[in-house]
Amino acid sequence: MNYLVGLLSVVFFILAITVISKSLKLNKNLSGENESDSALDSHNNTNAVGFLLFWLFGTIAGVWSFLHSQPDFLPEAASAHGVKTDSMFWISMAVVTFAFFITNSLLFFFAFQYRNNKNRKATFYPVNHKLEIIWTIIPAIVMAILVFTGWRTWRDITSQAPSNAVVIELTGHQFGWYVRYAGNDDSQLGNINYKLIDETNSLGLDFTDKNTFDDFTASELHLPKGVPVLLKIRAQDVLHSVYLPFHRVKMDAVPGMPTKFWFTPTISTDEMRAKLGKSDFNFKLNCTEICGRGHFGMAITVFVDEPEDYKKWVSEQKPFLTMNPAYLSKVPENLKAKASKYIPAEPIATDSTASEAVSVK
Amino acid sequence: MSTAVSTTEEVIAHGHDHGHDHEHEHHELGFIRKYIFSEDHKTIAKQYLISGILWAFIGGALSIIFRLQLGFPDMSLEWLRPVLGEWIDESGKLDKEFYLALVTMHGTIMVFFVLTAGLSGTFSNFLIPLQIGARDMASGFINMLSYWFFFLSSVIMFSSLFIETGPASGGWVIYPPLSALPQAMPGSGLGMTLWLTSMALFIVSQLMGGINYICTIINLRTRGMTFTKMPLTIWSFFFTAVLGLLSFPVLLSAALLLIFDRSFGTSFYLSEIYIQGQALPNMGGSPILYQHLFWFLGHPEVYIVLLPALGMTSEVIATNARKPIFGYRAMIGSMMGITVLAFIVWAHHMFVTGMNPFLGSVFMFLTLIIAVPSAVKGFNYITTLWKGNIVFTPAMLFSIGLVSLFISGGVTGIILGNSALDINLHDTYFVVAHFHLVMGAASFFGLMAGVYHWFPKMFGRMMNKTAGYIHFWFTFVGVYSVFFPMHYTGIAGFPRRYYSFTALGNDSQAAFTDLNAFISFAAIITFTAQAIFFINFFYSIFKGKRATQNPWKSNTLEWTTPIVPGHGNWEGEIPAVYRWPYDYSKPGSEADFIPQTIPHSATPESNLPEENDEIAKEKEIESLLAAQNESYNR
Ligand code: HEM
Ligand SMILES: [Cu+2]
Ligand SMILES: [Cu+2]
Repeated sequence: MNYLVGLLSVVFFILAITVISKSLKLNKNLSGENESDSALDSHNNTNAVGFLLFWLFGTIAGVWSFLHSQPDFLPEAASAHGVKTDSMFWISMAVVTFAFFITNSLLFFFAFQYRNNKNRKATFYPVNHKLEIIWTIIPAIVMAILVFTGWRTWRDITSQAPSNAVVIELTGHQFGWYVRYAGNDDSQLGNINYKLIDETNSLGLDFTDKNTFDDFTASELHLPKGVPVLLKIRAQDVLHSVYLPFHRVKMDAVPGMPTKFWFTPTISTDEMRAKLGKSDFNFKLNCTEICGRGHFGMAITVFVDEPEDYKKWVSEQKPFLTMNPAYLSKVPENLKAKASKYIPAEPIATDSTASEAVSVK
Repeated sequence: MSTAVSTTEEVIAHGHDHGHDHEHEHHELGFIRKYIFSEDHKTIAKQYLISGILWAFIGGALSIIFRLQLGFPDMSLEWLRPVLGEWIDESGKLDKEFYLALVTMHGTIMVFFVLTAGLSGTFSNFLIPLQIGARDMASGFINMLSYWFFFLSSVIMFSSLFIETGPASGGWVIYPPLSALPQAMPGSGLGMTLWLTSMALFIVSQLMGGINYICTIINLRTRGMTFTKMPLTIWSFFFTAVLGLLSFPVLLSAALLLIFDRSFGTSFYLSEIYIQGQALPNMGGSPILYQHLFWFLGHPEVYIVLLPALGMTSEVIATNARKPIFGYRAMIGSMMGITVLAFIVWAHHMFVTGMNPFLGSVFMFLTLIIAVPSAVKGFNYITTLWKGNIVFTPAMLFSIGLVSLFISGGVTGIILGNSALDINLHDTYFVVAHFHLVMGAASFFGLMAGVYHWFPKMFGRMMNKTAGYIHFWFTFVGVYSVFFPMHYTGIAGFPRRYYSFTALGNDSQAAFTDLNAFISFAAIITFTAQAIFFINFFYSIFKGKRATQNPWKSNTLEWTTPIVPGHGNWEGEIPAVYRWPYDYSKPGSEADFIPQTIPHSATPESNLPEENDEIAKEKEIESLLAAQNESYNR
């Protein structure tokens, strides 16, 4: 891997040194020859060759560095839509890389080929409408195709979540993520009110809403494999952004404006570990919107479980109210009976607040 | 030497003979009026240029500091303590907030102070009057004010680097609520106040400049200089000014609302916020509103930065390929298209902000349309080189470099403009690679091309060419080495504005340790190589070889002025213009260039059939002289 630095810096230096030494040499040999001609000097050919060399070394460096980095790109997408966007990405990349290579090659090749020659005169060629129309229309058509396929995929990705989707709430704050599940008894997330936030109730759960009673929080994100998941995304203080790199999911978290993103995880953590041959591999959730000093460390671990494992995990989780029975006092009288179902006979010793991410000092 | 040039001299001499003796202000201006509070567009241009160069070194130095952190995360930066003081923490590392401050100030300085003020401020000021044949800007006074507002704005921005809580740190886009709440990060306190103050003054400066450029181009063209005879430089400055004039006020309103939210308790951008143990009373605001307003400027801004560079490149490439620019009208048309479209693509920066996905679809369609005129420009540059007779002056090298960078960075725009693909790529290093190539590096190359090309006109001396070549090759190889590999980290999912990549987990940062070190290494070399330019520039101002009248054998009007033009630019009459600026290597003509001041009647051997009609118009053009002189005496 040190090769990378080594080789590229060698390429870099060789190029620089060739250019300098060549120009110095040519300078010595030919100085005085073209003095009358102020714009043109003896280095003209050196510079022309420079473009050719740049093209050659650049192509080698580009291909080599790509092949070298490729194994470290994000592995195969672990979500249904991600597979589609990935293949579209690589097709588009192929198209634009082709255009990039052809145009840059022509540019450097023409620069070399048509370097100044005293005996030649440039061709007066101010316009060619046919040519211009062709190269307006071709990119337009290519663009139209790319856009159209992109649009269809985008439309599918951003469509309404299926009704069987598991709803999970992610709340960004400086600097961590709270994860909340709708609970074992209903599939509804209870209301939240930012004015109710306190030390323990760090989400501001609203206990006047009966849907809140069975909601539980977690410090990790568990997702069922093969089932659509709807992320409801919030932020408490400043902008954050939910980024699940392995699932190709990204959506900003905006204070005062809940956002959402739904997708279907297709590869479980265990399967991914097997595929990558890395027994300690884990999916991650990162923050991709600058939010302050701890921005870069605002990550939690994501587990994609087989549906039955997921069910099991969910059933083992204790509602917030069970963990913090003191909040029964916030429940209005008419709902007390319903809520007390979640209050354990024996008070539980531990006190669960939601997750704190990698702590940043 | 050539007929073309000798005829120019005749024309100028002719002007002298019959000169009505333009009212020269022969009294000497004092030092202050001449060099400091000058109203002369050329002096103001130089003021912008030198300010821009200084800012570029500051902005570059900031990036080197954060590249040290990214490239060599284990390195002790203790040795920077004498400079950075408290910003180096006890463990000898860069402070995490200061890292964000560096990124923020680097972006702000480069986009606004270097590539907007330094580039368009310099060359719009310098070239508009000289290339359209005007004695100065429409209002020299407003032009002077424009610079001094910029200067004041610079002083404020610069001072914010030294305050205890640090400069603004929320990214160059300063998205609220982060930028609105001082409790969110120290940089959102006084640093942000200074940022906003500075930018408000900056915008005032831009508006005064822009109005002047537009008025001057519309009203002060010399006789015969119809719109379709204007060099592409002037067209690009014109469109740039239009873009700025229409979009900067929107940034000003965005900033004003932010100032209200920060200082007067309003809730334009704030709603339901709980921060530092406190629930804020603000309700009903929308951070997304800010983003719409910001990018309504932000996207046109990228073209404000790029168009002047493209315009100058057209000029430099045509001159040094000794060929007319290919597709002059298509070039104007595509710039016009870009100008219009630039206003209706802004939300492609917001695909995943929670904006309605239907809007995302609309903006995806509009965005990919803008790629078409951009592509046309690329093809036209390449075709201009085809069958040319290329002279590789340093300016030409930088122009070819610009075209390459413009293409390389532009193609990834097509990927990012596809909202489905942007989901994964947004706010990763892929975007950083895209915009640094297409905007940062390309415009910087345009700036350099402009400086090397017009230095003789600015200072009456030549820059050293060999140093220019070395500077170019280092910079060209350097910027590609720095920004090209960033595509890879982007595809690997590395987010931008990250102090370190450890939290990505799975050791993914380890795979790119070497690459990041390489990038930082290349950045340091590229930055250091700019010293070659710095020395060459300042040395040549005083000691460079004396320039000749028209060192690049160019067609445009500025080369008909005295070698060092005085106040009023031309000593006699302003020359008339009879032809377009791109008559290079015209068949039949002995010289390989025919300046714009040569009437078609003087070049029967090279006239194209349709150009013989132009001869009839020459009388008409000449008859405008009295009116033109009159306009200056008013
Ligand atoms: C081929 C035409 C282009 C297309 C389709 C395009 C598209 C895009 C898109 C979609 C983004 C947002 C990416 C993201 O944040 O996720 C973007 C970012 C950007 N583009 Fe382009 N672009 C094009 C050309 C240009 C040009 C010519 C410039 C500059 C002159 C430019 C400058 C920028 C900048 C500065 C950003 C990043 C702003 C930021 O987030 O800080 N782009 N481009
Ligand atoms: Cu963040
Ligand atoms: Cu844009």
